[in-house]
Amino acid sequence: MRIVIIDDSGLRATVLEEGLREAGYDDIHIVPPRGGFVARLERMAPDVVLMDLGSPSRDTLEEMLSVSRALARPIAMFVDQSDESMIGAAIDAGVSAYVVDGLRKERVKPVLELAVRRFNAFARLQTELDEARTALSDRKIIDRAKSILMSQRGLSEPDAYTLLRSSAMNQGKKIVDVAQALITASDLLGGGL
Amino acid sequence: MTTALRIAYLPLTDSAVLAVAREKGFAEEEGITLDLVRTTSWATLRDRLAFGQVQAAHMLAPLAIAVTLGLSQQPAPLSAPYKLNVNGNMLVMAKEFAQALDPDVAARLDDPLGTAHDFAAAIGLWKRKPVIGVVHRFSSHSLMSRYWLASAGVDPDRDVLLRVVPPSLTVEAMRAGEIDGFIAGEPWGSAAVDAGLAEAVAIGERIWQRGVEKVLAFRTPWLEENPHVVDGLIRALARAAAWCDEPANHEALAHLLSQPHFVDQPADLIQRALSGRITARADMPSLDMPDFMLFSREATPFPWRSQALWLYSQMVRWKMVEHTPENAAKAGAVFRPDIFRRALAESNVPIPGASMKVEGAVATPLAVGSKRGELTLGPDRFFDGRVFDPERIEDFLASF
Repeated sequence: MRIVIIDDSGLRATVLEEGLREAGYDDIHIVPPRGGFVARLERMAPDVVLMDLGSPSRDTLEEMLSVSRALARPIAMFVDQSDESMIGAAIDAGVSAYVVDGLRKERVKPVLELAVRRFNAFARLQTELDEARTALSDRKIIDRAKSILMSQRGLSEPDAYTLLRSSAMNQGKKIVDVAQALITASDLLGGGL
Repeated sequence: MTTALRIAYLPLTDSAVLAVAREKGFAEEEGITLDLVRTTSWATLRDRLAFGQVQAAHMLAPLAIAVTLGLSQQPAPLSAPYKLNVNGNMLVMAKEFAQALDPDVAARLDDPLGTAHDFAAAIGLWKRKPVIGVVHRFSSHSLMSRYWLASAGVDPDRDVLLRVVPPSLTVEAMRAGEIDGFIAGEPWGSAAVDAGLAEAVAIGERIWQRGVEKVLAFRTPWLEENPHVVDGLIRALARAAAWCDEPANHEALAHLLSQPHFVDQPADLIQRALSGRITARADMPSLDMPDFMLFSREATPFPWRSQALWLYSQMVRWKMVEHTPENAAKAGAVFRPDIFRRALAESNVPIPGASMKVEGAVATPLAVGSKRGELTLGPDRFFDGRVFDPERIEDFLASF
């Protein structure tokens, strides 16, 4: 079974490809949705096309599916229209599948399920990464606010932090927001560091 | 009690009414919490609607008809009780291509018939079959540019290549030389003009003065089961649309739409369509086009069944669907003036008494019968002077 993955994110496509290979599929190709990707796809004559639901190029792909003579049989999306939970899972995960009509659905279902799992795993990874990044930049902002307080008010580092925290609590805000406000104010007043 | 509603949209200037209904509190006043789901392809928007991930969608009117007729990947019966805008499209072509057209851009845009003939001649001079990006097969963009090209004897399936390019990728595709021009909703035409890649060749509003564009589409069973929510939403949209049409609000609206979670393009690009001040070529002063994109006035949101049938007639003409009485009935029934009337019955929005009209027959603003108040219909002529009688689709098709 020839599987083509169309994805802008090289990393996610690789994560999916690895999973498919581990599951025993070996005819896998990754095509980024740029330039003449449609012509490339036609030459490849895939049995299954997996695509990021968030890719704007889905419209271009579907247009090809409706006019292509190179692809002998029409392609339908999703394995089994009646399987609502599978469709829901695929949409939630952000993956769409185009399957050559006539391919037995028992053969395709594991591919789609695997794609859903891998897309979900990738999304989790991405979220964790984003959170880690946010935490890092939050810490930098708080550090900067602390040093402003230390130099302007002559506070020790623990006292500067305590002041930030109690202001945040009193205002019902996050410490990082109070810190950011302080930095902005300090910049405006010309007392920034 | 509030109801949460999820509505999918594409980041385009004509999603304005939805954005305003949420951000200016019009939906909240009707007890509706709007969750606007940003989507980048019509295919994904359609899937989200068809599989119930969202309750409604900002949809290309011809796509709503195609999905209902089973012509698209996910067939589903859809209903459109509200038009989110009319007009707002611009066909732009690479400067080198436009050289073969009237160099006076204003005159070129004012005379679509003459320009179509110049365009036909330019095709022969071009280095290859011109590749024109359209946003979707089932879009007013595609149907309108086909209608326009064919008026000069151009066969859009033979003499040019219409290639589907999503709106957000049009400018990049121009830059990469993958397409020679495109027709898309704003702000993309303006973005290509600003980037010095293209100039305006035709304006939607000059091809059909009141061209149907986006509709608010629901799955029909859901629409039937939730009349109170649907009515509340339509009332909120009607007020939001009036706000959007108000010139004093255009600057604020452009800023709202320019935000990253909406259109994510510069506010001054977005404002051109809203204010009807169009830059047709980067080195030219802007042109006044007060009807460039409309949201509210002259009963813009009213879903005339005859408009759905005009779109259907063009889909038949280009062999996208076979004409049968059943198909025509289904296509016409996608537009739901009955729901529009029900939702706005108690409001002060003037509502047309009829559900169909002869399209293309109004040359100057016309006062017509309305349930309430004065209702003026704006001019709705086609550039070639044809009229479309929805009762006589076969005769209309035979005239081409």
